[in-house]
Amino acid sequence: MSIKKVTSHPTQNEALIFERSQTGRVGYRLPKLDVEAMNIDDIVPAALRRDDDLADVPEVSEVDVVRHFTRISTWNYSIDLGIYPLGSCTMKYNSRLNEKVARIPGFAGLHPLAPQEESQGALEMIYRLQEALAEITGLPGVSLQPAAGAQGEMTGVMLIRAFLDERDGEASKDRRVMLIPDSAHGTNPASAAMAGFTVKTIRSTADGITDMDHLRELCSEGGIAGVMFTNPNTVGIFERNIKEICDTVHGAGGLVYMDGANMNALVGVARPGDMGVDVIHLNLHKTFSTPHGGGGPGCGPCCCTAELAKYLPVPRIEKKASGEFFLNSDYPNSIGRVKAFYGNFGMMVRALSYIYTHGNDGLKEATEAAVLNARYLGHKLEGTIAKPFPSDGMHEAIFSHKNQAKNGVVTLDIAKRLIDYGFHPMTIYFPLVVEGAMLIEPTESVGRADLDAFVEAMIDIDREAKEDPDLVKNAPHSTRIGRLDEAAAARKPVLRWGPDMEAAGTSA
Amino acid sequence: MLKEIGLNTAEELFRSIPEDIRLKRSLNVTEPLAESEIIAAFEGMASRNTATVKPSFLGAGVYSHFSPTIVDHLIQRSEFFTSYTPYQPEISQGTLQYIFEFQTLVAQLTGMEVANASMYDGSTAMAEAYLMAQRVTRRDKVIVAASVHPEYREVARTYTQHGDLEIVTANFDEATGTLSDLSALDEKTAAVVVQSPNFFGCIEDLSSLAKKAHAVGALLVVVVTEAISFGLLKSPGACDADIVVGEGQSWGIPASFGGPHVGFFATRDKFIRQMPGRLCGVAYDKNGNRGFTLTLSTREQHIRREKATSNICTNQGLIALAATIYMEAMGKKGLQEVAEQNAQKAAYAKKKIGEIEGFSAPFSAPTFNEFVVRGPKSAAEILETVRAKGVIGGLALSHYYAGHDNDILVCVTETNSREQIDELVSLFR
Repeated sequence: MSIKKVTSHPTQNEALIFERSQTGRVGYRLPKLDVEAMNIDDIVPAALRRDDDLADVPEVSEVDVVRHFTRISTWNYSIDLGIYPLGSCTMKYNSRLNEKVARIPGFAGLHPLAPQEESQGALEMIYRLQEALAEITGLPGVSLQPAAGAQGEMTGVMLIRAFLDERDGEASKDRRVMLIPDSAHGTNPASAAMAGFTVKTIRSTADGITDMDHLRELCSEGGIAGVMFTNPNTVGIFERNIKEICDTVHGAGGLVYMDGANMNALVGVARPGDMGVDVIHLNLHKTFSTPHGGGGPGCGPCCCTAELAKYLPVPRIEKKASGEFFLNSDYPNSIGRVKAFYGNFGMMVRALSYIYTHGNDGLKEATEAAVLNARYLGHKLEGTIAKPFPSDGMHEAIFSHKNQAKNGVVTLDIAKRLIDYGFHPMTIYFPLVVEGAMLIEPTESVGRADLDAFVEAMIDIDREAKEDPDLVKNAPHSTRIGRLDEAAAARKPVLRWGPDMEAAGTSA
Repeated sequence: MLKEIGLNTAEELFRSIPEDIRLKRSLNVTEPLAESEIIAAFEGMASRNTATVKPSFLGAGVYSHFSPTIVDHLIQRSEFFTSYTPYQPEISQGTLQYIFEFQTLVAQLTGMEVANASMYDGSTAMAEAYLMAQRVTRRDKVIVAASVHPEYREVARTYTQHGDLEIVTANFDEATGTLSDLSALDEKTAAVVVQSPNFFGCIEDLSSLAKKAHAVGALLVVVVTEAISFGLLKSPGACDADIVVGEGQSWGIPASFGGPHVGFFATRDKFIRQMPGRLCGVAYDKNGNRGFTLTLSTREQHIRREKATSNICTNQGLIALAATIYMEAMGKKGLQEVAEQNAQKAAYAKKKIGEIEGFSAPFSAPTFNEFVVRGPKSAAEILETVRAKGVIGGLALSHYYAGHDNDILVCVTETNSREQIDELVSLFR
């Protein structure tokens, strides 16, 4: 039997907006100009004005635009459809309440350079979130300025650099080695490079945690600026030697940076500040539920010890004894600004709303549920999908394609076949230390029935891999388009529409 | 579920965390609040942002423009705002297609050949442009105009402080308000960086700057903080710019106390492989169906790690979507008309303020929707008086530029009615 998706319907064939454009169509109306118009030449001379009549910019009606975006939106999977188990990404429910409060005109309409005495509510909101994040991480210095996790990382390692430069003076130049585990996110080494550090890689053990012997060996080589590690690490396992890691690096004269991507496993249960960590970044779009929005905006607060706080980006948002909130740029040791204004404020509003919704015990319950879900899923798949490490995971379950690869079915195929079962695939081929890695993070936002359905799909795919491997290798079969030839796309990149571009549905 | 995995209590889930680093108490944050309580708490705070209910003439990198209703409506579709980076193109074509449209629109408006999927904001896009110019030219000096947004320059300094890039700040002409001093320009220069309209609202002579930069093999980097200006002003690409970066907040994005906004990054085809950030391109499946996918990722951190072109991971997804919807809803005619209205209203205000006894326009270069006026006494004092009457009259330039005590940066957009402008004029008087 073969029931194919009907692909001729307009909703499945929405063109690019440029291909829909019709000369003279408009979808807007402005009020009439209410001042006497001057000759435009007297305002901006012709030589400085555009003379291309905005060639090829689309001309469409309002309903054209609404249909255009509504149609293409249906080609996306989303959290609101179901489990979106991208490991490391924490795709939890995005509450509509958070959207509502971020859109209150008193927040959304506020200009960042408005007088501080007329922006007290916004400054207070930032201050409250800083306090909550300091409590959650156990690290009192907080800057909400970084725009995303990668920028929070860059900020964090720059604090380390500033600290070392001040502590060691000239000798700081001999201390430029940043230790990073082989399992780390690619942003870690990239951020370290921006702070002028060179990277040495720490091996992982067969248990999936940091190899302490190797760490000690690297530290004994000298020149250690610090370590950047993730905890739970990127295979979802808690680094049980965390205090020893911190002691070893501190003993070698370096500082400890923790990538907070996996804080959803720790909130309310354990605090990086209590483990010996000096600086951490958080991802408000992961742990604190602000929407991922198809790839952003994020918000990557940086939290640090009191000792490092003087290096945080300026301006800092502080409270006077009188209760008044203000912007303080008077920190001569600051690394400087990392972003214009104060960060992604709208994301901060949403994160504080999330914290208020869950409250003290609720935040911990969310952590418990996230870990329980991952552990349950890992348990149910054990035996079917190969588990690379014996240890208990935290909020993620990590697998390898080893069993299925015997039949020629690899991680990519399993991921694509999951799409046919109605699921978004897990993170694949990350971390690099696991062959054919599948990193599954269900989050707390799914119930047992959905987890069981996901497990059932994985077990079915395992069976298909044995009985009909081509079915899996050619997946997905249920989508508008099949697997794309990405190699060809990179060889001859077409990165924008032009009038000579081939229309949809025609072959390259 | 606990039983099924062989545990009795939730505490046991955390056995791998040593006892001595577990938190043994409740977090010191609020009890859980009800939805209505949360709304009340946030409305209470928002009500203390009294600036939002006053007529305002603030610009300086964040502009007030009308955003069609459908912009905020469409971005709230679950499929857009609760999805993530399109790692699985077969079920992310909606996101990929709008990124491709965003890249195209940015390229069209900037007059460049190619644009990326967006950056965090204008300031970080500019910092990345410095680094790219250094990679492309293998030279280690950047000349930046003092008339570039001061906060952008601070961010670029932070980004580059540990590299080997020298930054030279070039003065502006106190008579014209535009970049004048290119004495540092030489064959070691990677790029000349200039904003247009610049921080004072003045339109720079980009074509002539491009010629001078190119004559010594340097790139011209153009920064644009007011994206509405593209509807009227000659595009940087037409002026021969090599990299165009800027802030897209004007494309229908709320001010939101400074973020989230959206940075854009455009350049020439020949530099594609040196670009930072995500790129979306056309790809075909085996049946010849056209689709879109993230491409050229060998530049990026998840592949190249410390040798990547940038540490940026994702783009500014949802805000780039809002900007795309704005540009398409306004369309060719709308983008032109709104730009013209901004120029006309600002010209009207500039003329009226200039007629006030004791007021003058210190810079002679043409302006778009922002301009500097020099008052008879301290700008802070004038703005305080105006604010007492319920109007945010602009920005005291001394906030960023020492020695400009009497100068006020005034921005007028299509959202400022003639009535508001006339009120401002009478309050200045």
